[in-house]
Amino acid sequence: MSKETPMLPVWFFIGVLLSIYGVIILVMAVLDFNQTSQAVLAEYHPGLFGGILLILLGGFYTVWFWPRGRKKD
Amino acid sequence: MTPTLFAAAAPGSRLISLAPADLLIIVIYFVMVLGIGAYLKRFANTSNDFFMAGREMSAWVAGLSFLSANLGALELMGWAASTYQYGILAAHFYWIAAFPSLAFLGLVMMPIYYASKTHSVPGYLHLRYGEATRALSGISFAVMTILMSGINMYAMAIVMKVVLGWNIHFSIWVSSLTVAAYVALGGLYSAIFNEVLQFFLIWVGVLTVPILGMIEAGGWTGLVARIHQRVQSDQYVHLWSTLGTFSGNPMGVHWTGIALGLGGVIAFGYWTTDFLVIQRAMAAKDLRAARLAPIIAAYFKMMVPLIVILPGLLGLAVLPFRLVPEGEAGHGLHSFNEVLPLMLARYCGPGLLGLGITALIAGFMSGMAGNLSAFATVWTYDIYRPYLCKVGSDAQYVVVGRWCTILGVILSIGAAYFVTQFKSIMDYMQALVSFFIAPLCATVIIGMLWKRATPKGGFWGLLAGTVASVAMFTLVKFNHSYLAIIALSPDAKDMAENLYRSIWSWLICIIVTVVVSLYTAPKPAAELQDIVYCYTQIPVEDKLPIYKRPIFWATGVAVFFAILQYIFW
Repeated sequence: MSKETPMLPVWFFIGVLLSIYGVIILVMAVLDFNQTSQAVLAEYHPGLFGGILLILLGGFYTVWFWPRGRKKD
Repeated sequence: MTPTLFAAAAPGSRLISLAPADLLIIVIYFVMVLGIGAYLKRFANTSNDFFMAGREMSAWVAGLSFLSANLGALELMGWAASTYQYGILAAHFYWIAAFPSLAFLGLVMMPIYYASKTHSVPGYLHLRYGEATRALSGISFAVMTILMSGINMYAMAIVMKVVLGWNIHFSIWVSSLTVAAYVALGGLYSAIFNEVLQFFLIWVGVLTVPILGMIEAGGWTGLVARIHQRVQSDQYVHLWSTLGTFSGNPMGVHWTGIALGLGGVIAFGYWTTDFLVIQRAMAAKDLRAARLAPIIAAYFKMMVPLIVILPGLLGLAVLPFRLVPEGEAGHGLHSFNEVLPLMLARYCGPGLLGLGITALIAGFMSGMAGNLSAFATVWTYDIYRPYLCKVGSDAQYVVVGRWCTILGVILSIGAAYFVTQFKSIMDYMQALVSFFIAPLCATVIIGMLWKRATPKGGFWGLLAGTVASVAMFTLVKFNHSYLAIIALSPDAKDMAENLYRSIWSWLICIIVTVVVSLYTAPKPAAELQDIVYCYTQIPVEDKLPIYKRPIFWATGVAVFFAILQYIFW
């Protein structure tokens, strides 16, 4: 293992990916808000809630595991 | 423990059309996994790093990757399909399959695996029984992992064709080259990172289905009422009460088959000896993390029915059309295997649908990556090093591991194309895996717990159990009436064959191992240090707070398991 910088934890990557997905899903949900959807129970706007939850979850992981103060050995 | 999934390609049709946002989500996933592999390459320079992820994984990372290595898309879709066919009985393959085997692995076996400092399960067999047993196990494992990787690849290509209309060759090559790149670059680090990523994707990708499905069905009560109306039976929503007779439940099994065959032999065999999953626990940073990894996995394993079993039940309740067996699908009819993609398409709009499909793709690719990383390790440590190049530098073994990964992918692609020509091989592959699991379980466990087991006893027991399993399978294939003898009942159905065959092959392995051991010389005690339970120093954990002790969390698994059985009795 490289001793120069510690490895970024997997949680950081998960946070970044979920945040990106959350933004995409939220944007699609907002754009489709007043459109008729073929999905069943679309009136519950699962994309809206799902997108917000993903941004919150992904954002938490990204911030919590952000590589700050990583020092070289 | 994956049910056979054979999605026949429905010519000229697809279930789902993806919006640009869905495609973007899929592309971002591929970029991310390749980026992770490229990033982790700088950390995977020694054999300990490349093959064992530096043995520095935390309990959570080791535990989640341990579970995800098993939780492929083949399993997700297959068990949702089985739920549609057999009802909640399919949940046994998550609940009794998790406890007590994972708790036993964590509490009893991991200390020995970890203390022996072996790199693989065949490596442990070499320490315990000698070269012959290691060779038998190592070669069979290497062949099986390549075949399973190829079948995963083929199954994914078929699913993507049926669900999305993608070209089979495109799916095979894009997925396999991506997996080859990130595993060859980052080794087990890459495989583990992407498995943990896959775990999160599967949950966020599929969770929409049970949430909206339960709203549509009207809660559990509504779900049960709809199922009863659809199938005119209440056998589909009871876990144990219908297992008193073979004919009393849709699966055609008896409770002894579930408790002893599935919960005993098959679950123990898979979870305690399949190197694909054990490798993840061995990559833990210390013994306590290695013991906690399978226990953490057990909790999440028991939650998986929420996103696998429940969608299958919901499909049975809310889909406006009936699904049919694989052979009858086509011309507007959908097979059982399509229930999960159909439910995703039912509730998910653009964006969420892409996330669900990405979860399935991630599951397939992680399955391939897991098989490849395990293959590279077993090949390098248990075949290349002992038989082809006994004296080599650490750097050489890393190079061999990287090239072996590429070789493994090429062989897997070959296996995938082989399967396109001989589709029934998939049915035989499930049987092939089951030939080895039960006797291997018996061989490893008896070796760990009984100091008197000898090298000759271990080898002949493993061979006898495997041959017996093959023989029973062959007998039933040629003459189905033998199923009644193996399962001890004329009412047994096909699902019972695997369960009872495992019990018999396990017993035969144990008996032969014991008898041969009693007439042959054991290894001296000095050679069994840290290999057999009675000669292994297991750290005392009395000074640890109770919430840090593995036994505490294992007890929680038992309580969780008991509650679930009671609720769904």
